[in-house]
Parts: sequence; structure tokens; C-alpha cells
Amino acid sequence: MPNQTKFDLQQLRETVDPWIERSKRYAEKVLALSNDSLEKTVMVALAICLACAVVVSASAVALKPLQVKNKSLDMKKNILDVVGLLEEGGNIHDAFEQFEVRIVDLDTGDYVDTIDANTYDQRKAAKDPKLSVAIGRDQDIAHIKRRAKYAKVYLLKKGDRIDAIVLPVHGYGLWSTMYGFLALQGDGETVIGINFYDQAETPGLGGEVVNPQWRALWKDKKVFDESGEPKLGLIKGNVDPARPGAEYEVDGLAGATLTSTGVTNLVRYWMGRQGYARYLENIRSAKG
Amino acid sequence: MNSDTKKVILDPLVDNNPITLQVLGICSALAVTSQLSTALIMCLALTSVTACSSALIAMIRKHIPSSIRIIVQMTIIASLVIVVDQILKAFAYEISKQLSVFVGLIITNCIVMGRAEAYAMKNPPLASFYDGLGNGFGYSLILIVVAVIRELFGSGTLLGIKILPLAHDGGWYVPNGLLLLPPSAFFIIGLLIWAIRTWKPAQVEKPDYEILPTAHGVEVH
Repeated sequence: MPNQTKFDLQQLRETVDPWIERSKRYAEKVLALSNDSLEKTVMVALAICLACAVVVSASAVALKPLQVKNKSLDMKKNILDVVGLLEEGGNIHDAFEQFEVRIVDLDTGDYVDTIDANTYDQRKAAKDPKLSVAIGRDQDIAHIKRRAKYAKVYLLKKGDRIDAIVLPVHGYGLWSTMYGFLALQGDGETVIGINFYDQAETPGLGGEVVNPQWRALWKDKKVFDESGEPKLGLIKGNVDPARPGAEYEVDGLAGATLTSTGVTNLVRYWMGRQGYARYLENIRSAKG
Repeated sequence: MNSDTKKVILDPLVDNNPITLQVLGICSALAVTSQLSTALIMCLALTSVTACSSALIAMIRKHIPSSIRIIVQMTIIASLVIVVDQILKAFAYEISKQLSVFVGLIITNCIVMGRAEAYAMKNPPLASFYDGLGNGFGYSLILIVVAVIRELFGSGTLLGIKILPLAHDGGWYVPNGLLLLPPSAFFIIGLLIWAIRTWKPAQVEKPDYEILPTAHGVEVH
């Protein structure tokens, strides 16, 4: 066998060498040409493109695994953060193992087992005509145009009891579509927390949606009123805890009326019949 | 380091600063300076792209056909920017998320193109590398000054660390919201240009034309 390989190599070199020699001579000839000749212009352009393409694709391919890892780590961090389980220096992958990841059909509110929860990407699905539905203009209060048919939810369970439900939500603010998670307690109506992992609102004003102090105001707020309609939203100014209905209100963001309206709308949309309302009803009735 | 290299690197800091004298690269100076951390990463990215692209272009400068020279420069710059963007996404994910499109927009930054066209096309690779480095530093200097002012007085922090206790957290400092918006960078850069030109009057440009005191009684033919 070793002889065979050696022979092949020899033969390969015999066929390739003259070509290398020829291209070397050609390269020398081209380099010696006047810079403005047509041939040199075309050849230089080709060579530059080839070299740049190799560099760009090599870096993209070589760094891809690291980037994918960063992305999934970031997502897990956000999900842990919204339920308050993110610990400084703790192992994120281990902590995330506590979650049960399920796919929910938003039209029926039931779990779907035919889709692999680990690979399903709700954000991508929302753009895929086969996996999403267009939202009627009068119903599209969150201004997102399409939504995925299936949602990826994260459950924190103690035995059979659900402790926390993390729901992905998104909606349009002032400049950008804000993507985030809303975490509810097992009763399906009390808020644990909210966070936004992708937004481009005005830094310092609407961008304060990521401020931990503001996000802490969401804790223990109620989503639905007596009739079952989502009522939770932001108000202008500060909430007076003594006033009736304060449990449905969160302080608006100072100087960011449109971002605040956007947050209210996205909460009301995703908690409504178009969003997770049916799924949350199912959870409540399973309990009761 | 000989005096020529020193001059090439130090000149763009104040005497020939790409932002305050040449007024280039303003767009990104507005966009990424609301926080010091993003400004620093942007400086690093732009400086490395300018230095490397200048060096690479200088290496092949004698073989670049003049009819396609701009597009050749662009291709090299764009490739380097994509590589930098990929590296940031792999090793500084948080910051790359905040910088979003602005790293990609280094391609259109006039400083990079300007140095390639004005310096790298006529000088050897090493000198061009230093020139790119120097101009990157000049850009960085202004960006850092603007970002320090904007972050400190706009959010009371530096690199995310609380410096001035904010009024709504029980402190005494009421942050200036305007500083967080892009136009504030315009004011700061404008004031910087004013300050530098007062310090170094040689940078003041001659007016393109002079308005005559009066045209009354002059017949125009």
C-alpha cells in the first residue's frame, strides 16, 4: 500500500508541476505588463477577489463554532436572568438544565411534540411563510406583521408543579423591534420578570428597557383583569401603589413615550388571544 | 523609532487629526460614543483596519491599475472589516451586539479610504502601516474624549461604573439626556475643533471668498 501512495504522489506531481511552472511564468508576464493594460487590470481584479474571498470565508468558517456558542450562551443567560436565576460566575449550562423546553401551538395552546424543541428557532420561523401566519392589521398592535405558529417556551418545574413559565415576546418600539422574554409564575398571570435581549432604542431613554431597576418593577404584577383580558401595561409617570389597579401598572420610561407604548402593546399582544392566552388558560385549567 | 516614523504616528494626533482638522469619520464618531466601552472597541477596530489595509495596499501599490484602484482598495478594506466583525462576534459578543452595524460601516469610513488613497498608494508598506496606526490613534483620541464626556455627564458612569450618583437613584446628579443623543457629539466635536484651532491658529482655514463690505454705487458690467 505505501508504494501505491508514493506512486500516486509522483504521478500527481508530474501532472501538476508543469501547470505550476506555466502559471508562475504567466504571473511574471502579467506583473511586467503596464498597469493600465486590459489584461493586467482584469488579472489584478481577479487575484484580489480570490485572495479576499479566501481570507473572508476562512475567518467566517473558522470562527463560526465560537459565534454559535456565544449566541446560545447569551440566550440561556437571558432566560436564566428573567426568572432571577442568573448567578455571577455560576455555570450557565448547568443552571439552564433545570428548564424544560417545550413547543406550543399558539392556535390551540397545546404542546406539540413533532417539532424538536432544541433546534426550533421561533425568530426564524416567524419569517418562514410555512411556519408563520400573517397578522391582520387591526390585530397587529405589536407591529410585527407575522408571527410563528409555534412558540418555544421554557418551563421551570418542581416535581409536577410549574414554578415559572418563560415566554418569548417581541414588538416594535421607537426604532427597533424589541425581542425579549416575559416570565410568569405557575399560575399563568403573575409576572416574575421581563427582559429584552435585542433592541436598539435610544440609549438612556427607551434603551432603559434593559435597566435592572426598571425591570424589577415588573415583579408580582398581574397580567389579566377579571374578564381575562390582558391589562398589564406602562403608564405615564410613576405608579401609586395605593391606587386600585396598581397591580396592572408599571412606571413608564421617562422621556420614551413611544418605547413605553411599544412595550405595553407587545405585552398585550402576546398575552392576548393571538399570543399565549390559550396556552395560559390550558395551564390554569390543568391545575384547577 | 526614527524621527520620520515618530512624525507619521504623532502628527495625526493633534496637528493633522483626521476628525478635527480633516473632518472625516464624523458619522461613526456620533454613533458609537454614547458609551466609552463601545467607543474603545470601535477605535481598536478602526485602527487595526486602517493600519492593515494601508500596509496591504502599499505592498501591491505598484501593480494596482489606476482605473480600478478605488475598487481594489475597497475590496481589501471590506475584507478586513468583515474579518474584524467576525472576530468581535466570536470573542467580544456583548460589545459586538451593541456596535451592531457600525463595525460594518468602517468600510465607508472616509479615514480608511483617505489614508489608502493619499498615503499608502505612494509609500512603502511599513511607513503606510505606521501612518494608518497614527490616523487610527488620532481618531481614537477624539472618540475617547467625546465618549468620556457623553457617558459621564449623560449617564453618570464610565465604562459602566457609577461615578456620579444619579438623582433618581437618590444621588445629586441630574443626567443630561441630550448627551445620550447623537447630536450632542456634533456639539462636542465642534467645540473641540474650536479649542484646537484657538490653540493652534495654523489650522484655521482661509475663507474661500470674502464678502465685500459694500456693493453700493458699483456698476456691474
